[in-house]
Amino acid sequence: MSKLRTLEEAVAATPEGAVLMIGGFMGAGTPHRLMDELVRQGKKGLTVIANDTARPNVGIGILIDAKLVAKLVTSHIGTNPETQRQMIAGETQVELVPQGTLAERIRSGGFGLGGVLTPTGVGTTVDEGKQTIEIDGKTFLVEKPLKADFALINAKRADYYGNVDYALTARNFNPLMAMSAETVVVEAADIVPVGVIPPDVVVTPNVLVDYLIATENRHG
Amino acid sequence: MDEKTLIAKRVALELKDGFLVNLGIGLPTMVAAHLPKDMNVFFQSENGLIGMSALPEQGFALGDLTDAGGAFIGALPGACAFDSATSFGLIRGGHLDVTVLGGLQVDQSGQLANWMVPGKMVPGMGGAMDLVSGAKQVIVAMQHTAKGKSKIVSKCTLPLTSVRRVDLIVTDLAVLQPSDEGLILKETAPGVSIDQVKAATDCELIIPSNVPEMQITA
Repeated sequence: MSKLRTLEEAVAATPEGAVLMIGGFMGAGTPHRLMDELVRQGKKGLTVIANDTARPNVGIGILIDAKLVAKLVTSHIGTNPETQRQMIAGETQVELVPQGTLAERIRSGGFGLGGVLTPTGVGTTVDEGKQTIEIDGKTFLVEKPLKADFALINAKRADYYGNVDYALTARNFNPLMAMSAETVVVEAADIVPVGVIPPDVVVTPNVLVDYLIATENRHG
Repeated sequence: MDEKTLIAKRVALELKDGFLVNLGIGLPTMVAAHLPKDMNVFFQSENGLIGMSALPEQGFALGDLTDAGGAFIGALPGACAFDSATSFGLIRGGHLDVTVLGGLQVDQSGQLANWMVPGKMVPGMGGAMDLVSGAKQVIVAMQHTAKGKSKIVSKCTLPLTSVRRVDLIVTDLAVLQPSDEGLILKETAPGVSIDQVKAATDCELIIPSNVPEMQITA
């Protein structure tokens, strides 16, 4: 069965209140068409797990502008004053996570681990309410895995089976998130015949990918 | 020479051929411009690249090649790209030789606070906690004072970035090295006296018998 969906169909499958992992780093590697369509369909009460919320009107920032995000798990909101405003006003619940820990929590969710042990955050506000473990005289924080209902992924290319590769710094959290969600939606710049992406180059294996968003007609 | 350029030039002297280096946003970024031309240092951008460079020229911007602030960058021959887990594996796994970060406060024990001011600024820690906890060497590059107040204090009052002791503090007035006994005054800035450094510092300093001036070329 083809994985190809229209943009409208793919987003319609996302219920209000869903937990979304969204790829991207300050907008680079964020699936922008999916962001636009979430806003158009007005999907409210979302939990968003993402590195950042970019800036107002940029990347994940447009979900914040449209007040669609009830809860945010992220490493940095300093570039988006609207996210900070919503957090201070109590409109959006924000959990701040060190960036490396965020990456590992997402990875451990998708890799079947019970969490990660890290020294990052020990003795800071990050360790409040968390378990610590001592191993060989060193203290580690227990950081729990993260999982999502949907991962919204930006890719350089996908083939018809859903094998995916990424572009430069647009890769960032995308391949980690593709491992850690029930349903994986890939918005690729190009969708190419099977075989065009050499097996050695595939980063996200096709079995993980559920929907491919048809590319816009860029020549019309 | 302005104060920030002085700090950047002094930090640049700490970098060595072949080092993998992460520069924070702002002042630390200026360090890259002050390396000797023949020195081969690899700069990591924590969003997933080793080998970042300035944008070669206007018009070459690529949306898929950006730095951690989202600005367009270039990539040098030999550059490599990777995902965020690998990027932070490099940082947290002890593969990063030096991280250069800005600071809000550093205290007598060498602990750094640089990510939030409660009630005023809550940007999130981004990669700062990982960088300070994981890098082989942590260098803080900052102004010695802010709004007339010393940023070198006896105990940080702002939330800590990490309990790990930083390795070197470079300011517009001095180079300080944290140790078990406290902060050692290693160098003074050109034209700055030891007394001026002491007056601008809110904690005791260990003053060796010989404190040389920073060796900065114009």
